[in-house]
Amino acid sequence: MRALVWHGKEDIRCDTVTDPEIEHPRDAIIKVTSCAICGSDLHLFHNFIPAMKPGDIMGHEMMGEVVETGSEMNGSLKKGDRIVVPFTINCGDCDQCKRGNFSVCERTNRNKEMADKAFGHTTAGLFGYTHLTGGYPGGQAEYLRVPFADKTHIKVPDSLTDEQVLFLGDIFPTGWQAAAQCDIEPTDTVVVWGCGPVGQMTIRSAVLLGAKQVVAIDCIPERLSMAEAGGAITINFEHESVVERLNELTDGKGPEKCIDAVGLESHVSMGQPDTLLDRAKQVVMLESDRPHVLREMIYVCRPGGIISIPGVYGGLVDKIPMGPAMNKSLTFRMGQTHVRRWTDDLLRRIEEGQIDPSFVITHTVGLEEGPEMYKVFRDKKDSCIKVVLKP
Amino acid sequence: MAFPSNMTRSERDPKVLRSGPSSLSSSDRLARNLGWFSIGLGIVEFIAAEKVTGALGMRGKENLVRAYGIREIASGVMTLSVDKRAGLNSRIAGDALDIATLATAIRPENPKRDNAVLAMLMVAGVTLLDFVATGAHTVRHIRHSGERRSYSDRSGFAEGVEASRAAARKKLGDLRTSSVNEGPPTKKTSGADSV
Repeated sequence: MRALVWHGKEDIRCDTVTDPEIEHPRDAIIKVTSCAICGSDLHLFHNFIPAMKPGDIMGHEMMGEVVETGSEMNGSLKKGDRIVVPFTINCGDCDQCKRGNFSVCERTNRNKEMADKAFGHTTAGLFGYTHLTGGYPGGQAEYLRVPFADKTHIKVPDSLTDEQVLFLGDIFPTGWQAAAQCDIEPTDTVVVWGCGPVGQMTIRSAVLLGAKQVVAIDCIPERLSMAEAGGAITINFEHESVVERLNELTDGKGPEKCIDAVGLESHVSMGQPDTLLDRAKQVVMLESDRPHVLREMIYVCRPGGIISIPGVYGGLVDKIPMGPAMNKSLTFRMGQTHVRRWTDDLLRRIEEGQIDPSFVITHTVGLEEGPEMYKVFRDKKDSCIKVVLKP
Repeated sequence: MAFPSNMTRSERDPKVLRSGPSSLSSSDRLARNLGWFSIGLGIVEFIAAEKVTGALGMRGKENLVRAYGIREIASGVMTLSVDKRAGLNSRIAGDALDIATLATAIRPENPKRDNAVLAMLMVAGVTLLDFVATGAHTVRHIRHSGERRSYSDRSGFAEGVEASRAAARKKLGDLRTSSVNEGPPTKKTSGADSV
């Protein structure tokens, strides 16, 4: 089969690889009908997250048709079913899964010892996202082995298109969880840093959860135009002061809820000197992540507010103002998305027509164009916001 | 063809049989080679400054050559990072310094004048490659305003933004009112409210 394979920093290739096989009775094989390039794939593309190996298949946003199942599906999945695959692999049986904390499933990371050493305790296995999280082959491929498939799937009806449901596997529940963990009240101003695909989903989620006003921050005009279409007041940080504008929008009190949909690769610019220092430290390996957004959120957030972090961080950050965070009584909530916790509700909303997540797709291409699209997406060329691949 | 990466795969995981087109462009590869060249040259300048100055007839300038070595290593590290353009620009600035310094060695009384001329020609050649790579990466980073699309018609809400917002706020308001009427609020679990 063909697949997008990581060979090193900025080196993704559309290779021919051997087909996956059933390895365990709870496995299933799907024929991938649609998959996508995620913003967090760019962290791997840039080699900012450790423990990738040449030959790893990329991709954790995918869906398709079940073509083969193991012997222990217990009636949950059969050949011909159409499923979206959550990017977090969950067993459904461990203590964390029973609590709905699917992204920290205790059983699905097959490199548990490595994760225990790096994180203190293991988290769930993820598709196509380093050997720290299991080294499972990803879904930017023609076929995918889904481990723990009896639990790691979302069945979708034929009445909905791939484009409408594909993002149930990652960015839609990620944006939803980011907004939901803010405990939004009708009087709240919710601010979203970053108008990439997760930021766009977060904006819509905050609107659907009843926020008084949603503010979106970015510097890319086409992304801001999409954010505005979704109901956000926009701030282009290259043209105006984020702090001043947010104070203006909140009668000088600051926003109650702040969401970081940027993560470890925040924009570097002369206007934000801390980003230059972060970048220099990153080059000489004194710091792995660039946390400008975290610093800004802590500064602008209203005392007693909530800081929600769906953006991916990989390692160590410097100069986080813990003094202001502690004294302002801020609450931090973060984590990889507990996808299955949210998807029944989100699928219902899609079926009811409340929201159609396909609005975010700007490019649809074949798998063989994947390597080129990584660069287009990275460089934000051709007004690219979200790439869907059709294997 | 055998791929070394296949040795790291688990027994049944997919293995590479044939490699296809890469995201690495020729300008990326050129930048990468220039980055490693920069680091190599920098190390030589730093640890063998006496030999370099001796070969060029520039005795007494060892510390300057060592400083250039550090500069080369820094430029190389930057050129190998994702900020290639900054690294390549710093390399071009370094090339100008190298040429200016070598020019002082091209004088009739220098017995190693020929070596200095040869070194200068080599620096000029590398400078040309630096310009080619920088040009390619600069073009990549330019986003012309004419290319930009507006996505102002992509709300994602079938009912429109305002109707969706109003419905959600009404439901949230009703939920809050009913919980006030029912008594003191219970401890919230993050995101448990389904509006």
